[in-house]
Amino acid sequence: MNEFMEQALDSAAASAPVWLQDWQVDGRGRWERSVIPTRKTENWKYTGLQSLRQAFAAPAIAELGLSGAGVDVPELGDGYRLVFANGHHRPELSAGELPAGVSLVRFADASPAQAKRICSYLGTAVGRDAQLFTALNDAALAEGVFLEVAEDARVEQPLQLVWLTGNQAEAFTVNQRLLVLCGARSQATVIEHFAGTHSEQRTFTNGVTELLLESGASLEHYRLHLEQGAALHIGSVHARLAEHATINSFHLALGSELKRIDLVVDHAGPGAHCEVNGVYLPRGNEHIDYHTCIEHRVPHCTSNEVFRGIIADEATAVFNGRIHIHPDAQKTRAQLSNKNLLTSNQAQINTKPELEIYADDVQCAHGATVAQLDELALHYLRTRGVSVADARTMLSFGFINEVIDTVRNQPLREFLQKLLSERFARDGLAARRVKGEARP
Amino acid sequence: MLKIDNLHASVDGKDILKGLTLTVKAGEVHAIMGPNGSGKSTLGHVLAGRPGYTVTAGTVEFLGQDLFALETEERARLGLFLAFQYPVEIPGVSNMEFMKAAVDAVREQRGEPALDAVSFMKLARQTSALVDLDPAFLKRGVNEGFSGGEKKRNELMQMMLLEPRLAILDETDSGLDIDALQVVAKGVNSMRSPERGFVLVTHYQRLLEFIEPDHVHVLADGRIARSGDKSLALELEARGYSWLEDEVA
Repeated sequence: MNEFMEQALDSAAASAPVWLQDWQVDGRGRWERSVIPTRKTENWKYTGLQSLRQAFAAPAIAELGLSGAGVDVPELGDGYRLVFANGHHRPELSAGELPAGVSLVRFADASPAQAKRICSYLGTAVGRDAQLFTALNDAALAEGVFLEVAEDARVEQPLQLVWLTGNQAEAFTVNQRLLVLCGARSQATVIEHFAGTHSEQRTFTNGVTELLLESGASLEHYRLHLEQGAALHIGSVHARLAEHATINSFHLALGSELKRIDLVVDHAGPGAHCEVNGVYLPRGNEHIDYHTCIEHRVPHCTSNEVFRGIIADEATAVFNGRIHIHPDAQKTRAQLSNKNLLTSNQAQINTKPELEIYADDVQCAHGATVAQLDELALHYLRTRGVSVADARTMLSFGFINEVIDTVRNQPLREFLQKLLSERFARDGLAARRVKGEARP
Repeated sequence: MLKIDNLHASVDGKDILKGLTLTVKAGEVHAIMGPNGSGKSTLGHVLAGRPGYTVTAGTVEFLGQDLFALETEERARLGLFLAFQYPVEIPGVSNMEFMKAAVDAVREQRGEPALDAVSFMKLARQTSALVDLDPAFLKRGVNEGFSGGEKKRNELMQMMLLEPRLAILDETDSGLDIDALQVVAKGVNSMRSPERGFVLVTHYQRLLEFIEPDHVHVLADGRIARSGDKSLALELEARGYSWLEDEVA
């Protein structure tokens, strides 16, 4: 019944390198046997998939510029940037030199030896029967990126991967895949950036990212969803941490018609640690759904997760934060906080912390709140002459600014602060115009 | 400049102000004293338009305008300033950004051009030095993690930046040590001018040793029970408030 992807899958099959063909066939089998979830499926209770009920074509090669309408990609100094447009690699838009200690292979270009190495890691963090959209990703797997950071390499320069979508006559789909292997004791920064140039273009991106951290590795990971309004994105990030590995993963989603991101962090070795921070900002009729799952399988690991959302207009959001502490995971410390701000009476958030704890010697704290702007803070700002609209803007931005402040990469933090403060200021100005308060 | 006539106000359905009348002229410093629960803080909140404070009777004129016809921010832009007894903490909004927005709004009202970011930063640094506040606090969230004294200095700094026509200081002296008290007094005294009025709401006479008031009023049970000059403050210090409350009752 999943024929809406048929054309794209046939096209992917025709363009796949030989070594990925078995992978595709297997994925396609799982995809075609699977059933599209409905509202009765617990994991999809608050996220409907009606917008997927249309045919999606394979993406055409698009002539896109990075400075094109609506696309703003941060300049990160001496970092390396790899750009895909409509799923096709675009060397002329890419920039910088790969830093020492980093190797990058595109699946389409892989030598037999490289293909063999990719196959020994690909899918190991996902679990092959995990989810239907990862099956779809396997089924359409013709291109992807394998990024490897050598053991003991200390890579200062950020590695930036940009997936752009442009426009074409029909709705189209992009299959995104990233595999990152951080060697033992290595340090690196990886930024995943999704954006679109045409706000009305219907696109469906189905992404899978795997982050494998070997013993003592440390990864700063950023995932920015800045796609156009008509974009559909179903994506997942799977991180697996070996002993004493540390991941710092930051997520930002501006809204679009449908975004569903699943994040799984698997503490597989003792002493591993994760920091996960995220911000989601749907408005209009947009919908954003974050499902996160922190797996604690082994003792002495820590996790700290903070997500905040501002839901405006008639937008809807879902946050499902699961912490799963297995019987052997004694001495685990896990924290989860999710705070939401609703700025209209029609805005909706479904937030659910989900704790499953099977070990007895653990510390686990969680909390979820839904609120409106603080009346007293609003009043305080107004007593200093600040207009209601400006005060709302400042408080809304302040609410997420606390999370943006955790971004360690300074140029990226400044980029995000500018991007978001401008967005809030624009919204504030629009609100003033509506109320007739706009300044000349 | 401020004319309060027979003001009645309630909070949560409870009458707090019960016929308060007070006139403040430009250039004057008024001290309002009184026991706990007499309505001192309520007066400041009502004048600033705090939600939850309902005016049930009476009028207030500020610079010739009906104060209650104005929104909170319009009152502020016109030159009314309230230093809060308990300043609000706003994490995520930087003190500097907040003060810039406030100064921009007030300057626009006065027909003055907005200060550019560099000039404002310079001005803010100079002002923070005047109130003895580490300029590092400019970058922090508004009042976020400030000590009681630091919050009061931050209020004072806002007052100095906004240059109001009338400043109401709601127990700005409470909880301050003698050094901080002198910083507050110095700030107020430096701003005294024939165009500007002050209302100092205070529980203790101590502040008035450093800021000499023109008039002292005692508030009891929601109205002014007695007015006088600074000697009234000394009398209160010596005799306490109870004899006045007895008189009112």
